[in-house]
Amino acid sequence: MVDYRLNDEHEQLRLSVRSFATKEVAPVIGDYYEREEFPYPLVSGMARMGLFGLPVAEEYGGMGGDYLALCVALEELARVDSSVAVTLEAGVSLGVMPIYRFGDQRQRERWLPGLASGEMLGAFGLTEPGGGSDAGATRTTAELRGSEWVINGSKAFITNSGTDMTGLITVTAVTGTKPDGGNEISTIIVPAGTPGLTVAPKYSKVGWNASDTHELAFDDCRVPAENLLGERGRGYAQFLATLTEGRVAIAALGVGLAQGCVDECLRYVDERSAFGRKIGENQAIQFKLADMELRAHTARLAYYDAADRMLRGEPYQKQAAIAKLASSDAAMDNARDATQVFGGYGFMNETPVGRFYRDAKILEIGEGTSEVQRMLIARELGLPAR
Amino acid sequence: MNIVVLVKQVPDTWSERKLSDSDHTLDRASADAVLDEINERAVEEALLAKEAHGGEVTALCMGPERATEAIRKALSMGADKAVHLSDEALHGTDAVGTAKALAKVVGTLESVDMIIAGNESTDGRSGAVPAMLAELLGWPQLTYARSLSLDGSTVTIERETDAGVTSVRAELPAVVSVTEKINEPRYPSFKGIMAAKKKPVSTLTLADAGIDAGEVGLSGALTQMVSSAPAPPKEAGQQVTDEGDGGTRIVEFLSGKNLV
Ligand SMILES: Cc1cc2nc3c(=O)[nH]c(=O)nc-3n(C[C@H](O)[C@H](O)[C@H](O)COP(=O)(O)OP(=O)(O)OC[C@H]3O[C@@H](n4cnc5c(N)ncnc54)[C@H](O)[C@@H]3O)c2cc1C
Repeated sequence: MVDYRLNDEHEQLRLSVRSFATKEVAPVIGDYYEREEFPYPLVSGMARMGLFGLPVAEEYGGMGGDYLALCVALEELARVDSSVAVTLEAGVSLGVMPIYRFGDQRQRERWLPGLASGEMLGAFGLTEPGGGSDAGATRTTAELRGSEWVINGSKAFITNSGTDMTGLITVTAVTGTKPDGGNEISTIIVPAGTPGLTVAPKYSKVGWNASDTHELAFDDCRVPAENLLGERGRGYAQFLATLTEGRVAIAALGVGLAQGCVDECLRYVDERSAFGRKIGENQAIQFKLADMELRAHTARLAYYDAADRMLRGEPYQKQAAIAKLASSDAAMDNARDATQVFGGYGFMNETPVGRFYRDAKILEIGEGTSEVQRMLIARELGLPAR
Repeated sequence: MNIVVLVKQVPDTWSERKLSDSDHTLDRASADAVLDEINERAVEEALLAKEAHGGEVTALCMGPERATEAIRKALSMGADKAVHLSDEALHGTDAVGTAKALAKVVGTLESVDMIIAGNESTDGRSGAVPAMLAELLGWPQLTYARSLSLDGSTVTIERETDAGVTSVRAELPAVVSVTEKINEPRYPSFKGIMAAKKKPVSTLTLADAGIDAGEVGLSGALTQMVSSAPAPPKEAGQQVTDEGDGGTRIVEFLSGKNLV
């Protein structure tokens, strides 16, 4: 039987995160956003709840939950704010998971307790100034000299890479040439503060303004040979797997934003009056809300389906791409409609929907653009790759 | 250090709350039920004490069957076990009856060093149960604590009321009630949520706890609610335009209400 209701533990977790988001995040996040400041106290609060260790086994300091638990937490956070949600999303699905999935025992023991407890944040450097969608075309290089990797190149738009609590950045780099002449790509762990790593000042962004994003430069940046993550030459496969998983997480985040739009509108249409009646009494407004709920709901089912297949160990590439696409569309459409429902107030930064509007767009770009998701779905349909 | 925390399920203060028409008791079905916020602080304080001094935290709840959700919350936060006093005959029990029933249940527990409660619940707000319970047990009562510290066999609190702040100390065992200021309660972690499912909850009936049914329930209540009415809706305010006489008009208004 198909059953897309959360089980009891996930439901309890949802309630716990919901109460954190409404009581702790909602009252203060607007100010952080306005000041473009990283909300350290909120991130510490999330850490204390164990959110950064949700899908990690207890032996590494995690919560012993699963990836769906992470998704549920992300959805509830994003219902209130996407900056804190993406800090968690990138921290876990891009920061923790590559080390948890591909690291050897030593690497896991060294890094996971700090990352899973949220004492330190992990970042993942894949995208480069020259391109993100075609991530296989990485130009950053890492050369093994004696017992050290020497890294040169740069990475663009890297989330969580420049906070005071950033502990490491895993980067993809070309480490040689494969027998077929193609680039051999590997993943290397670079501890924050390694000489030769320069973190550029933070970007001025359209949205996600209370999250941390930087360009990184590597200039003869040396790390020990043992910092190679997993096997040499496995970088491409590693980041594909990481991104597929991450798509489900980012889908959950988008659903949260889409649902947050519904929450805000439900409240507002009952308060605001025009022409002698509540605006919520107009069918034109009601239908907008109905459509918004429809989008949030269907996108949620899409990510539940992808997560379910992932947890069963079944192929889920297509479902992950569908979930990401459906949810980023839902987030964009709902943010546009919610802003409309709020009228002029919707265009003000102080209203949550104003923030939602600015935060929605990146969901069609980050962790695989909508075009890339469509390419993946087309591939899964058996259509030829060009 | 064995600590018992009193936990109560109350209607969410964010939802609309009603009294039932028939017997003027709380209509518990009409509102979302949650663990009382003040009890979350009581649980937190108990957990802090346990973390510092060792021992066990037991959540004690008197309430209908669905109060198990509030108990679960206390266990998810980190309490070790729970006792749930649940019996149809408890419906309508007043503050005195509640204190009597809780005292009986505490009597069934082994070596309790301290009982921590919220100073008053957000629904009943009588604010009397912790003191009554202490009286019935013959233990010292330290109420309205905004901070609590333990040293060997003594407990010291800062007691904060409208009259000011005083330091109060007593030998254990004792009953402490805490205010909103005592701490910031933790949010249950996923590990806590998972662990809560495996923690022991013993459910007791009146008979199990040796409670005389005549002392509890609506019939045993010493207080009786004869009528109830919803609070009148807020009236629209009165606007005073200052035409040079604003100060006088405000004084007139205040003296009209006998406020000056
Ligand atoms: C706030 C923020 C945070 C980010 N965080 C991270 C991070 O932590 N780590 C990280 O590695 N990256 C991160 N990114 C980068 C993000 O993943 C990339 O921006 C994204 O993958 C797109 O890459 P690009 O910007 O280089 O666009 P490009 O790849 O240059 O694409 C430009 C446009 O061309 C389209 N396009 C490209 N190829 C095709 C094709 N074959 N067919 C049709 N259309 C095509 C794309 O869909 C897009 O519309 C972040 C970005 C932002 C803005």
